[in-house]
Amino acid sequence: MNRRQMIAVTTSAMILPQTVHALSVDASQQLVSGLVAEVNAIIASGQSEAAMINEFARIFDVYSDVPTIARYCLGADARSASPAEMQAYTVAFRSYIARKYGRRFREFIGGEITVQGAVPVKSWIEVETAVLLRGRSPLQMDFHVSDRSGSHKFFNFIIEGVNMLLTERAEIGALLDRQGRDMNALIAQIGS
Amino acid sequence: MLRILPLTLLLVIAGCSAAPVGQTVHDPYEGANRQVHTFNKNVNAALSGDDDGEDRGPMLHPDLSALVINFSDNAGGPGMVLNGLLQGNIKSASTNAFRFVLNTLVGIGGIFDPADAIGLEEIETDFGHTMAVWGIPEGAYLELPLLGPSSERDITGRVVDMFIDPLGHYGTDTQNTAATVAGIGARVLKRDQYGAAIDSVFNESADSYVQTRLIYLQNRRFDLGLEAAEEVDPYADLYGE
Repeated sequence: MNRRQMIAVTTSAMILPQTVHALSVDASQQLVSGLVAEVNAIIASGQSEAAMINEFARIFDVYSDVPTIARYCLGADARSASPAEMQAYTVAFRSYIARKYGRRFREFIGGEITVQGAVPVKSWIEVETAVLLRGRSPLQMDFHVSDRSGSHKFFNFIIEGVNMLLTERAEIGALLDRQGRDMNALIAQIGS
Repeated sequence: MLRILPLTLLLVIAGCSAAPVGQTVHDPYEGANRQVHTFNKNVNAALSGDDDGEDRGPMLHPDLSALVINFSDNAGGPGMVLNGLLQGNIKSASTNAFRFVLNTLVGIGGIFDPADAIGLEEIETDFGHTMAVWGIPEGAYLELPLLGPSSERDITGRVVDMFIDPLGHYGTDTQNTAATVAGIGARVLKRDQYGAAIDSVFNESADSYVQTRLIYLQNRRFDLGLEAAEEVDPYADLYGE
């Protein structure tokens, strides 16, 4: 996609969804309920860390808008990147996020996530969940769901106020600084 | 002299500049904070041993560490009741007061938490929270040696809490010693519970200082619940600017 097509696609994506697909509270809550059921099954399964990370990568593909998350976290550098670089970066980012949060969610072993409810916020739906852990206070985890990708997908989660998109944008920015702002070096680092 | 210290600190904090509008992070002391961060990172590495990637498991059985944490939380009860009153938050003050009485009497001095079992959960608060309710700005971000991330308002709150703690004024020496020891124990155990998360931020981040700062500020603001969290719409804001 060249820049003009990109703008055309994203512009229509901004105008159309309200009429073509209706963003629904119920569909958003169902999406997160499905996600939570899968995560609960994984953390109860006692698989190896590597197997769990593979499962989380699959879950990210099914339930989240990976290209949008990846592009946001790259920040302004996404503008100057070539389509081929963006594609390679998105693949690398997917594996980075699955490894990192796969390990984090692994700490929920012995616990359980429950869906509490959903409300519209700005242009998306916020689905609130509680992570119940033995001997600790429950953690609040909110998923932000949108249909701007064409179907209901989550694009952000917030654990006890800590926003994944903001945190990862800072981290990807720091990784790029460390690599002398070289996209290919960043891709090689986070993709491995 | 010691009695006027909290007041002096309050005046200092009241003079602190608020973060410029639209800026999430106000960190004029970044240079000094980064030095402290390096020190904290080294201490953490020494405490958690070699990072061989092996799961060390918890120090103490989760049910046992819950008892220490319960006792320490209960000892903090009177201070939280006082802060609830200072905030004019009757629900917070009465819940924590009832919890303190119930857990002290029925929960054997606070080692058990029967109040929680009947749905009366602790409403955690402190003097930093009280100052936030009074409209005192967060001030600059600070990273403290050993204690970790904080802000000008929160470090002031910690000091004031030590002076105004009703248990410190009306408790016996034995009670205060037990509370102090349990407080240290609870800190270590909570550090143990979140150790893996802390280690990963310290060891796996490209810039662990920035990550620690961002995570602390967002989480603290969430706990205080006074201002709306920064909302991110990646569909409207394509390049994250």
